[in-house]
Amino acid sequence: MIDALWGWPPPVLDPAGPYSGKVTTLAWSLFGLGAFVTLVVVFALWVAIKGPDKWKAKLGGERAILLGGVAFPGVVLTALLVWGLTLTASLTEPIHGDEMRIRVTGEMWWFRVQYLDPSGAVVMEDANEIHIPVGRPVVLELESADVIHSFWVPHLSGKKDMIPGRRTLLRIEADRPGEFGGVCAEYCGRQHALMGFVAVAHEDDDFREWYAERNERLVSAGLDITRQVESSSGSGTQGSERSTVTRTGAGANTNSGQQSGRTLFMQSGCAACHRVAGTEANGLAGPDLTHVGSRRTLGAGILPNNRGTLIGWIGDSQSLKPGNRMPSYDMLNADELEAIAIWLEQQK
Amino acid sequence: MGMGSVEHRNWKAIVAGVALAACAALAACKDPVETRREPAIGPKDRGLIAIKRAGCGSCHEIPGLDWPSGRLGPSLDGFDDVGLIAGQLPNRPDVLAAFIRNAPSVKEGSSMPPMPISEAEAADIAAYLYGLDHD
Ligand code: HEC
Repeated sequence: MIDALWGWPPPVLDPAGPYSGKVTTLAWSLFGLGAFVTLVVVFALWVAIKGPDKWKAKLGGERAILLGGVAFPGVVLTALLVWGLTLTASLTEPIHGDEMRIRVTGEMWWFRVQYLDPSGAVVMEDANEIHIPVGRPVVLELESADVIHSFWVPHLSGKKDMIPGRRTLLRIEADRPGEFGGVCAEYCGRQHALMGFVAVAHEDDDFREWYAERNERLVSAGLDITRQVESSSGSGTQGSERSTVTRTGAGANTNSGQQSGRTLFMQSGCAACHRVAGTEANGLAGPDLTHVGSRRTLGAGILPNNRGTLIGWIGDSQSLKPGNRMPSYDMLNADELEAIAIWLEQQK
Repeated sequence: MGMGSVEHRNWKAIVAGVALAACAALAACKDPVETRREPAIGPKDRGLIAIKRAGCGSCHEIPGLDWPSGRLGPSLDGFDDVGLIAGQLPNRPDVLAAFIRNAPSVKEGSSMPPMPISEAEAADIAAYLYGLDHD
């Protein structure tokens, strides 16, 4: 799935925003300078071995050493260092305007995604998918829940480590709409290679619509988006009990699997690790499933998302991503797995 | 005199080297990506692409697909030698294609869910599965 999003040209050479553009320019400049210096050195080598005596003498002279061996590298390397450091710093500048804020937490082996309001309160939670508007810088607050991970969407910005106990910042911005693959870029354990995500950049209007849709769903479930999120971090009961009532009716228009899918989800222990806003499912250990039905991928960017892959993941996640922290629910039968999958499909 | 001819040879070597490098550079400049033609791919290749896109591997071990290799459903290794499809249906390409798209509709109560693939993709996948000849 991630491969499909990367394609050709390689995303590092195909910037889709100003921050990644700057990184690519620096990379090409380094490459160009490197090539130039290599040519000069090869030429000097030729002079030293087979060149005319007059040139040899010049090459061995003090002037050549001072100019080519001290002045040139001194100036060029210093300039590059300043360029590189200022560029890196510009990627990690804190908020100074109305930038959007998103907190992304690396967990073994997936990405927790929390949309923040300007005051820093969580307004919406999701996983392994980051939606941003085109043409607006977004400041990511990167954290880790366990080991060091690294956040990297080559189309949109540079890499930034996610370090336990610390908050790092990274700016991303897209200047065209599209889906951009991202990965964990720091070895973080057995399933490091299967830890990815998708960044989706929307035109401004689409983004507003997307946001409003999600919001509306929560509101129709009797939830004030902000209050719900607060309650999930504090005393969760009062908020969720109220919403349980509203939610039962909300999507109950499919087949008979519907009612039991929801019940099975709650009874089989899924709710202990997963949260579905507006239901009693309020687990925080695993990815938030409130919007799982609208996601493009499952299992942290690795599988397409459809009923079949949902069933496969729930029933057999240990074959698909061995060692991941979700057990295979192979104690459920096919009908039960399907019922849960159908219910999850509706959690847009 | 002698000196002169040695230098002469040096310059020849350099000209040859530069020409060689130029040739290599030219050879490296292929057509731009957009104008290059995709190598012709047949139904079997398209089948594997569709298998990846739909995520069949999340329930099946499928030859030619390193990952994923789910074990909720039967392995599809050596599928051309299977007798009846899912132990019940005649093993014909059209039936297989129909089964892959919507198993419960052709086999009552099948536990394989309907998959989001087009009819053409289903036919390609059937071609791929039948092409896995181990004999
Ligand atoms: C949710 C898990 C799941 C997914 C996803 C899935 N299958 Fe299946 N598949 C099954 C199960 C379970 C069976 C056995 C069904 C039966 O016996 O009725 C099966 C049976 C089959 C069979 C018949 C196997 C045999 O030995 O007779 C084929 C062929 C097949 N699947 C192909 C596919 C293809 C192609 C895809 C992707 C488009 C796919 N499956 C996706 C679970 C799945």
